[in-house]
Amino acid sequence: MPNSEERARFEQVVLPHLHAAHNLARWLVRRQQDAEDVVQEAFLRAYRFFSGFHGGDARAWLLQIVRNTSYTWLQQNRPQESAAEFDEEMHSDTQTPVNPETLAIESANRERLNRALEELPPNFREVLVLRELEGCSYKEIAEITGIPIGTVMSSLSRARRRLAQALGSEPKQEAAHGS
Amino acid sequence: MAVEPVCRQTTLLLHGYLDGELDAARAAEFEQHLVQCHDCANQYAAQRSLRTALRGSNLYAKAPPALARRIRSDIREATEKPSLLASITSWRWLAAAASMALVLFAFWRFVPAFRGASAEQALATEVVDSHVRSMLPGHLTDVASTDQHTVKPWFDGKLDFAPPVRDFSGAGYPLIGGRLDVLNGRTVAALVYERRKHFINLYVWPSQGSDSAERSISRQGFNLVYWSRNGMSFWAVSDVAREDLEEFAQMLEH
Repeated sequence: MPNSEERARFEQVVLPHLHAAHNLARWLVRRQQDAEDVVQEAFLRAYRFFSGFHGGDARAWLLQIVRNTSYTWLQQNRPQESAAEFDEEMHSDTQTPVNPETLAIESANRERLNRALEELPPNFREVLVLRELEGCSYKEIAEITGIPIGTVMSSLSRARRRLAQALGSEPKQEAAHGS
Repeated sequence: MAVEPVCRQTTLLLHGYLDGELDAARAAEFEQHLVQCHDCANQYAAQRSLRTALRGSNLYAKAPPALARRIRSDIREATEKPSLLASITSWRWLAAAASMALVLFAFWRFVPAFRGASAEQALATEVVDSHVRSMLPGHLTDVASTDQHTVKPWFDGKLDFAPPVRDFSGAGYPLIGGRLDVLNGRTVAALVYERRKHFINLYVWPSQGSDSAERSISRQGFNLVYWSRNGMSFWAVSDVAREDLEEFAQMLEH
């Protein structure tokens, strides 16, 4: 059990990354109450493992634990979701270019952006959240997600293309429903 | 829309370039390609607008304060309780600290000069604390804009004074936004500037005293410069070099 000295150090080094932890969990489990449960559990785990943290990037260290806790939670509570890996074969049109003008208009809508991001498979969602919202470097993303650093760039490239497609394709579907 | 062919070898590099992760040689190569290739230039524009949308849409989910409280209490419970011997010792230290505090209070109460200095010291501590807090994710700005004509009106109706808002992009100190903060029990304007990837917080509020020249101190590794002018108090704090912060203060004064 950590003593009061370790507690002070934990509160100083790890606790300031609470928002980062919450943001990642919120985007992985997607519901506020569930995210809070996950973050609370992740912090308790982090605290118990704190003696194993020997300095370095505290945010990446914490986010790695938050990510693992989130996926474990998803497996236990919503197993169908955590298994939903993106199938490359079924979406082979990965070279379709994206029209910048449509994209600028579509993504201006926060709700639409929010939904498009939430509906991405979790492995794509997490790299986008880490890169664009959390501002992580490729090295940090590799450390947090366990993806080899050499493939972070291609993961991001696929994730961004999928998001752009989701944003671009929605209006067409709505138009079809409307007619 | 006609499907245009896209350079396969460079689509990937486009992302590395966008993220600032290419080395200098590859970045230069890519920039050259961007000038020549219409498709890639289009893709790059599309990805940039997607990024702007993602970052500008308030999608970051900050933790609610109640969660922080629950976590703190969890941590407290999971901490080893100090032994009886340790608690006796700590009681003795507490007693010693209490008598020391009494002596200091008497000193502070009866020596007015010391009192003025200590008020300034306390303020310096508050300014540093506030600066450190503002570095937590999502705390830096309430209004993020490099345009002084956006930042200045944002303060209207939120403060009982109008802080001077100026941009010094030309001199390498771009304005990046502002927020409200509390110092010494009053609401103050906090203007945020950037200096070579480091942030400067400039706190402004109406002062009671007369104008005073700028003074520099450092605290916990941060540099602070403070002065009063035309009925306003200014405190600038940052981890940039002292010379930079003083240069920044000079610009504000002129």
